[in-house]
Amino acid sequence: MDTKRTVFPSQGLPYLLVAPQLIITIIFFIWPAGQAVKSSFEREDPFGLSTSFVGLMHYGRLFEDPAYLASVGRTALFALAVTVISMGLALLLATAVNRLIRSGTTYSTLLLWPYAVSPVVAGILWWFIFNSSTGILPYMLEFFGVDWNHQLNGGQAMILIIIAASWKQISYNFLFFLAGLQSVPQSLNEAAAIDGAGPFKRFWTIVFPLISPTTFFLMIVNLNYTMFDTFGVIDATTAGGPNQATNTLVYKVYTDGYIGLNLGSSSAQSVILMLFVIVLTVIQFRYVERRVQY
Amino acid sequence: MVENRPWLTFLAHFVLICGVVIVAFPVYIAFIASTHVPTALSSGRMPLLPGGELWNNVFEVLTKEQRGAAPFWLMSFNSLLMAVTITIGKVAISIISAFAIVYFRFPGRVLAFWLIFITLMLPVEVRIIPTFAVVANLGLLNTYAGLTIPLIASATATFLFRQFFMTIPDELMEAARVDGAGPIKFFRDILLPLSRTNIAALCVILFIYGWIQYLWPLLVTSDPKYYTLMMGVKRLAAAQEANPQWNLIMASVILAMLPPILVVIFMQRLFVKGLVETEK
Repeated sequence: MDTKRTVFPSQGLPYLLVAPQLIITIIFFIWPAGQAVKSSFEREDPFGLSTSFVGLMHYGRLFEDPAYLASVGRTALFALAVTVISMGLALLLATAVNRLIRSGTTYSTLLLWPYAVSPVVAGILWWFIFNSSTGILPYMLEFFGVDWNHQLNGGQAMILIIIAASWKQISYNFLFFLAGLQSVPQSLNEAAAIDGAGPFKRFWTIVFPLISPTTFFLMIVNLNYTMFDTFGVIDATTAGGPNQATNTLVYKVYTDGYIGLNLGSSSAQSVILMLFVIVLTVIQFRYVERRVQY
Repeated sequence: MVENRPWLTFLAHFVLICGVVIVAFPVYIAFIASTHVPTALSSGRMPLLPGGELWNNVFEVLTKEQRGAAPFWLMSFNSLLMAVTITIGKVAISIISAFAIVYFRFPGRVLAFWLIFITLMLPVEVRIIPTFAVVANLGLLNTYAGLTIPLIASATATFLFRQFFMTIPDELMEAARVDGAGPIKFFRDILLPLSRTNIAALCVILFIYGWIQYLWPLLVTSDPKYYTLMMGVKRLAAAQEANPQWNLIMASVILAMLPPILVVIFMQRLFVKGLVETEK
């Protein structure tokens, strides 16, 4: 890791400068994470008086628990759906904006602001729209013979959180796709056009491969987003229901630990999620290093 | 543009108008709902044009104590305080730690860098219970300190400043040293002014980040005095399951959304810069 060619002579000062950041990091990040790892190997008696080491028991139980395995599958489905929908729409919109010269900025402004809507609020907005008694969409869906009630129908509840979570993420993906598209050299496009390639052919054979670093980066970020930042969306709309149908892994850590007070199992779930984030972060950073050379 | 294809341009406009409509649709519905009396919304068919009750609804939400939530003026204040404290705190501790890591060579420097880096891998969501326990043991539940300090550590902001400091020519610092400036003077008189745009861009992103926090306030506050807007909106919506007063809920939603959206729209350039740079 680099510093400058010449540096200031260091006595106590650099330690003072990094101290606030490090103290907060250790107290509120590293220590609790260590605690989670520790208590995932322990069992506490109901009164919290003594703890005993139980090895991998909590992990073993988790992987035998059909509810947990179902939650893994559900989270994967949710993450995949949100990533594909929000990235697909965002790429479409970014391509369209990139084509327009004058009106592009206006459209960008109109598409960017949902980034600032909090996940809870996004959840409540769509919850209202899909509300079975007063919502506007169930009323319209009735004409198509669809009886919408996400409070009873698990599949519909899943659709609801997918829509809410994708809606919020479109603007973020749009911004990065647009930046990616604008960095594609115009000369390549022109050369291909002279050789007779139409706009669609140019997109798939030139533009799309050239923005693949952006696409890959966004895939990782979106997975991260759907796994962790959608807590608010779920809490505001379905609270994991009906009948666990929208209980994703993060929501389960919260309900099992904070509400159900099952510390051992909740900690084991936390540790599994931590491993997952670590893998995602490592992938993301390795890729960033490669992009610098590219 | 490579060639002139009017129908493709038309298609682009069409796609974008559809996109804008989809993106704006839920907020439009919320806005409409916040401008009506409750009976207009409970009848089953929602009006599609605004009514005249917006100010009454907003006024009622802001001043009256709602079921399950603190009055909204107090929660707005809490949200604002939380967002501003987190923003200032994150920028302050990140810029000085990046300064230490780039402009000094001291034992433990690489370790410090990695400890900060690790925070990226430990979002609150995966360590809910132990973090709650730490905050509880420190006596920080239901305090402003508990709401903000644990969220202040920031790897992304530190990286952003580190990245930026690395692009500043070495000669600048050498010249400053030749002229007899110490590290503090160099930081204050040269580095800080140069970082102004980066700080501003970061502030925009961090303000939004702080404003939309939900899980953390949910964990550490149980006293309505410390509730934030995001919690208030959620509690208002949940408490009224049986007989929802949609007009009030949506008025509160509008209040909760407005400040960060205005920040994005009016500081779009800084917002875009901040978002793109923090992800590098």
